[in-house]
Amino acid sequence: MLNKGQAGEIFTRIKEFASADEVEVSFFSTANALTRFANNIIHQNMAEENVVVSVRTAFGRRTARATTNKLDDESLRRVVEASEKLARVQHADEDLLPMFAGNSKAAGEGARPTRYFAETAAITAEDRAATVEQIVGVAKRNSLTTAGIVSSSVAVEGIFNSRGVAEWHEQTSSEISITMLAGDSSGWQKANSPDAGQLNAVGLAEIAAEKARRSAGPREIPAGKYTVILEPAAVLDMVGFMFYDFGGLAILDQRSFLNNRVGTKVFGENVDIWDDVAHPLQSGAEFDGEGVRRQKVQLVEKGVVKRLVYARASAERMERSEYKDKVGPIAATGHGFSLPNEIGEAPMNIVFGAAATPQSIDQMVASTERGILVTRLWYIREVDPYEKILTGMTRDGTFLVENGKIQRGVLNFRFNESLIHLLSNVEAMGSLVRASGEESFDMVVPAMKVREFNFTEVTKF
Amino acid sequence: MLTAECSPSRDRLKSMKDIAAWALNVADMRGASYADVRVADDRSRALSTKNGKVGGASDAESFGVGVRVIADGAWGFAASDDLSRAAVEATAARAVEIAKASARVKLHDIRLAAEKAVTAEWTTPFRIDPFTTSVEENLELLLKIDAELRGVAGVTLAETNMNFRREEQWFASSEGADIHQTKYTTGVGYAAHAFAGNEIQKRSYPTSFGGQWQNKGYELIAELGLIENARRVGEEAVALLSAEQCPEGKFDVVLEGSQLGLQIHESVGHPIELDRVLGMEANFAGTSFLTLDKLRTLRYGSDLVNVVADARQEHGPGLGTFAFDEEGVAAQSTPIITNGLFTGYLSSRETAPTIGLARSGGTLRAEGWNRLPIIRMTNISILPGERPLSCEQLIGDTDDGIYMETNRSWSIDDKRYNFQFGCEIGWEIKRGKRVRMLKNPSYSGITTEFWNAMDAICSREEWVLWGIPHCGKGQPQQVMGTGHGASPARFRGVKVGSAYRGSE
Repeated sequence: MLNKGQAGEIFTRIKEFASADEVEVSFFSTANALTRFANNIIHQNMAEENVVVSVRTAFGRRTARATTNKLDDESLRRVVEASEKLARVQHADEDLLPMFAGNSKAAGEGARPTRYFAETAAITAEDRAATVEQIVGVAKRNSLTTAGIVSSSVAVEGIFNSRGVAEWHEQTSSEISITMLAGDSSGWQKANSPDAGQLNAVGLAEIAAEKARRSAGPREIPAGKYTVILEPAAVLDMVGFMFYDFGGLAILDQRSFLNNRVGTKVFGENVDIWDDVAHPLQSGAEFDGEGVRRQKVQLVEKGVVKRLVYARASAERMERSEYKDKVGPIAATGHGFSLPNEIGEAPMNIVFGAAATPQSIDQMVASTERGILVTRLWYIREVDPYEKILTGMTRDGTFLVENGKIQRGVLNFRFNESLIHLLSNVEAMGSLVRASGEESFDMVVPAMKVREFNFTEVTKF
Repeated sequence: MLTAECSPSRDRLKSMKDIAAWALNVADMRGASYADVRVADDRSRALSTKNGKVGGASDAESFGVGVRVIADGAWGFAASDDLSRAAVEATAARAVEIAKASARVKLHDIRLAAEKAVTAEWTTPFRIDPFTTSVEENLELLLKIDAELRGVAGVTLAETNMNFRREEQWFASSEGADIHQTKYTTGVGYAAHAFAGNEIQKRSYPTSFGGQWQNKGYELIAELGLIENARRVGEEAVALLSAEQCPEGKFDVVLEGSQLGLQIHESVGHPIELDRVLGMEANFAGTSFLTLDKLRTLRYGSDLVNVVADARQEHGPGLGTFAFDEEGVAAQSTPIITNGLFTGYLSSRETAPTIGLARSGGTLRAEGWNRLPIIRMTNISILPGERPLSCEQLIGDTDDGIYMETNRSWSIDDKRYNFQFGCEIGWEIKRGKRVRMLKNPSYSGITTEFWNAMDAICSREEWVLWGIPHCGKGQPQQVMGTGHGASPARFRGVKVGSAYRGSE
């Protein structure tokens, strides 16, 4: 694994090879291992190591990037040359800023939670197999078939530039995802943490098994509008589709559902949303693609969209734009992607506001006369970019709730539901958890009980 | 790194053979009963523009080795970017160690369908190596398209992209295979967005989400009429803002070829993957409604539906075209649906025996050197109709229906039964004529009911081998390009418009 000192030396070598006005180098180094199981056996099992060096050069207002995973002098020379060759033929971009000159001491102060756990880094293939053995044990005791993953990894990420930026982040990650399959039903659980010690494989397996058993013999009930109880993974997989619209450049490009909506009440009174990399349940580096420290930003307050996030150039452009008085405070917030890019920025460390009186899933069920409990959603895609209508399916544990009780499993539904509508109709929220799904990046969200959720079709299982 | 070598130097070939030998020897010594090594050198370039300026300009290369072994009857895989002898040997040893850990949770030993080990050399046929073209000229072309799009009043965002990739790979196995392949890919596309009032509309060309991609050289760019269509695409994006909303109900639907290509991808290509059928993807991508009892018994579609999985060069320059898959099995053509009957799965050396096949169908592919190859679509194509039929004739033959073009959204359940697709644009057809433009068209259904409702498909002149560059599958997820030949086709009595049902 590359360390900051080695990266600094590579950066020095790269600077010597470069003739550009400015040079920026991003480093990514991973040691990633993932054990996959299905049909109660380990069927795929991998480990990889890689170091990526990505060089951005700039000649005045022209910039381009080239990336390699080879660190010898010849390869570094070639990657610099490739970056410079591409940069030189660009048209000058009047919006391109000089490279970032570094964070002030105050920026991101105290925002350095440890995300590296030596025990997680030390996990071996044997350890992962032992965990899978325990999960398979739960499956066998319940006469079920299981499939899933147990993974562990170490990743470092850094950025250096010729104006003095030198940022470095090192962290571990671990993840467990479990599907339990019965004849005509299934259940699922997934969890992710920088610290493998936080994950309880057997606990997750037992919940997934319970869901598979309780949803056996699913019945068809008609599509329509239902009160739904969305478990945290279902919430995050839906809401994740809107955060790319919270960047300043999305407004400047007029591709955001927040066009003409910033400053207005878009969601219900009970919805607060932050971006906060330093939150104890969050993960990832504290700096963005240019090395700017990520600030804590309140995106939504009592349902009103208050602020957007910005890369440096987007903030400057917004200041000069016709929208500048309509989008709240404008400043580089440390949410930019590596340059050059078309997307600009996005908040990637989402934390929902905690409910005043969080309810457990059991409490939500108990207060529901008729509704659907959703474990997980799947294959979500955007149907309408401005009303933010999403379509997708329920999966791996969908239940009818009647008279305050989970009654039975039902056939899976297709939904077509607007996120604006969804977050305007939240009746209750659970406590905040670090949730992990498949359609969106991990975030800190509650379970939600939502009225009038729009199911439009039923599938055959 | 950007000047592509036309042929590998002798030194380079020698070092690839050395790397393979180091890995295979160590795997053998540590007790592997089977091993294969893939060394891959992957280069790509991505150029894009947005609203008259360059949006992205980047080159990337990734070069490394992946070692796959069977030891104690179970699989192990390890990969490294370090190609030194010590690192390659450590990687091979690690693969064996991982396989032995896998063996801790197994039921049966892995068995592979027999495959004759070959020595071979193959390169994608191309006329112009895209990496030798001038970046300045490439950007000029994109900016010219951009100017055409933004020349239309009401276009609020114009985006273009051009992408090249070159993947050179050396494959060697403990059975004696020695295969050197180089694949070239070119992709290009653009989109115009129009925002006004309460809606954002979009039109793309040649199709959405990155345009058209093929295993070809730069010559693809000139074949697509990029500049000629830009003005129309911009105008349609703006016209959609004032078009009528697509109605809800049952209609005869005519689908343009790229949309039909995606329909094939989702509702034929994925469910025929044998790893899904066997439960190996149950946790992420899902399983399949095509359980083994359905082979040669299920009426998948109407008599007109003929689908093949064809990776051979003679099928065309698809993103799923190659000479050998990533376990050294030669490219094949497998009949998937034959006159409506379900006749075949996508298989690998490990999975083929489970359905009684003596040989793999040759569909094991990996995103790169650091990923384990898994079953992937090759070119899953619907064959054109034999009776001459143009798209205009097909519309002319439709009394009351809706014509839909270019995908906007796509979703299907995890067994691949219930799907819903949204398209960028539609036209109402009345008595054989397109009478009005419709915005936000969508349709939905159940896979087998839908394919059984196909009553016409256009002939060869309308058939295009479309590329989908971004198909995701596997854990860690691997992004793969797949090919889908299709010509426009008609489906009777399809459910239209439920995507917008219930929204005020």
